[in-house]
Amino acid sequence: MSERAQLLLEIADDELILGWRDSEWTGIAPFLEEDVAFSSIAQNEVGHARALYELAARDLGTTADGLAFDREPSEYRCSELVELRLPEWERTIARHVLYEQADAERLERLKASDDAEVASLAAKIDREEIYHRLHAEMWHERLKDEPRYREALEELRPLVGKRNGHSRELESLWEEMTSVRRSQPAGTAW
Amino acid sequence: MIYEVFRQERKGQAFQHAGSVEAADERFAESYAREQYGRRGESVALWVVARDAIRPIEEFVDELNRNYHRVDGYPLKEKLKEARERAGTTAPRDR
Amino acid sequence: MEQREQEFLEYVQSGGQVETTDWVPDEYRARLRKFIEMHGNSELMGVLPEREWILRAPTLQRKLALTAKVQDEVGHAQLIYRVVEDLGKTREECLDDLISGKSKFHNVFHYPTKTWGDVGVIAWLVDAAAIISQKALLKCSYAPYARIMKKICWEESFHILHGRDVILTLMNGTDDQRELVQEALNRWWAPLMQFHGNPIAPEQDPMFIWRIKSQGNDEGRQQFLDGYVPQIWELGLTVPDPELRKDEGTGRWHYTEPDWDELMSVVTGHGPKTEDRLDLRRAARENSAWVRSVLLAA
Repeated sequence: MSERAQLLLEIADDELILGWRDSEWTGIAPFLEEDVAFSSIAQNEVGHARALYELAARDLGTTADGLAFDREPSEYRCSELVELRLPEWERTIARHVLYEQADAERLERLKASDDAEVASLAAKIDREEIYHRLHAEMWHERLKDEPRYREALEELRPLVGKRNGHSRELESLWEEMTSVRRSQPAGTAW
Repeated sequence: MIYEVFRQERKGQAFQHAGSVEAADERFAESYAREQYGRRGESVALWVVARDAIRPIEEFVDELNRNYHRVDGYPLKEKLKEARERAGTTAPRDR
Repeated sequence: MEQREQEFLEYVQSGGQVETTDWVPDEYRARLRKFIEMHGNSELMGVLPEREWILRAPTLQRKLALTAKVQDEVGHAQLIYRVVEDLGKTREECLDDLISGKSKFHNVFHYPTKTWGDVGVIAWLVDAAAIISQKALLKCSYAPYARIMKKICWEESFHILHGRDVILTLMNGTDDQRELVQEALNRWWAPLMQFHGNPIAPEQDPMFIWRIKSQGNDEGRQQFLDGYVPQIWELGLTVPDPELRKDEGTGRWHYTEPDWDELMSVVTGHGPKTEDRLDLRRAARENSAWVRSVLLAA
């Protein structure tokens, strides 16, 4: 697999799995306005994943959906940070804040890439991420004095950039994510 | 706090009241208004205003029927008929 | 009925609308608020059957579309509860009554979703039934509600297309996929037939009398059948009602009378998933109570 494909998959998998986790809040977020806002963030993340998969898919001779759903859990290149199920709002926001910081740095590097396609896509994604960062900062300002939020930041900070293996949670996430798709032969349209 | 949201659908059009959001402060209100009234690109611009900042006016007084500055204050039919008769002319559409 | 009420009745019956600050009869205000509150409850509860499938959506496109659809429904709940709050009942009070079972939500949201077939049938047919009711609210005598209905109807239009797209893809797919659709339709038909409510004549329906709704329940049901039974039949699907047919002479559909006792039982809290879903709402609310108090504390 080319270096470019590997890099793209790493980011795409992060965005897909984070988007999958963030979409778990749709319908049950702390209040309705936040529910709508956070759902847009989740959709953007999946949308970013899709654009990245499409680019990688051309290199690898497959489709975006094929990359998103048809690999084994061990083949995903996402970080442990995004795999965790975090049903507490303080932990979800802590992850959101930490991820957005790390992702901003990653996007800066990609925008400077020699590869024109990668640089251009990174710039587009970065422009959307502005609103994610504003949202994360807004919540961080509000929660920074809350002990449970500070604990969550400390708990999750060591996982930023950690990419040596997957948590057990990825396997069960993958089972649920692919259950409908695996019920029919590969290549079936949905 | 309640914030009222006004939206402009296309450049050049008037801003119209679209609805309201509940938010802790202006930053949250902006974020929420953006999502509720703009996530589909259905607005080119939004105004977000704290409800408290809006001053409603619902009573207007015109006890003495001030029609001098309205079109209905100028019934000219009779005067025009008289002027045409004096000049021996007819209304343009009768010629 | 006293004079002022009589004048109000004539005013709304000839198409007049009122705003939040206008005088309205007590009965009108009470019925209106209860009706709108039930609508808000329904949007909020309607999210729960569908959100599980976001996580199981089999393509990226479906995942995005379904997330956006559910997001719209949450957005609708927000719009509706704001209207209720301006009528004097807070969101927290509404949630209290919803969770305790004191207030109601529509029958269709008390049923389980079992397969991806349900996802298609809900977006295609349940949303279609809902949009018919919603269009009948566009001329509501209470203007703030009529205005949000405009936004709601506009957003719902993509839901139905998404639903139809899911269904058509399944019907053009494998035998198993076609079976998913038929099986889901078999389960959803009865709730769909009950959805528009019991056959009370418009002249006796307070919602119509006060022009909160602009049509009666049966009318809504007939419009649904007229619009969607042909769409169902043209795909080779069957409707589980042997009596269903259109009388070409009168233009009215005939069908097996829905089970109105079942409807009453379900909406009063005895549906197959009522308790589970209210429990989920209660738990979500309790777990996030601290967030709301932190935000209020500024």
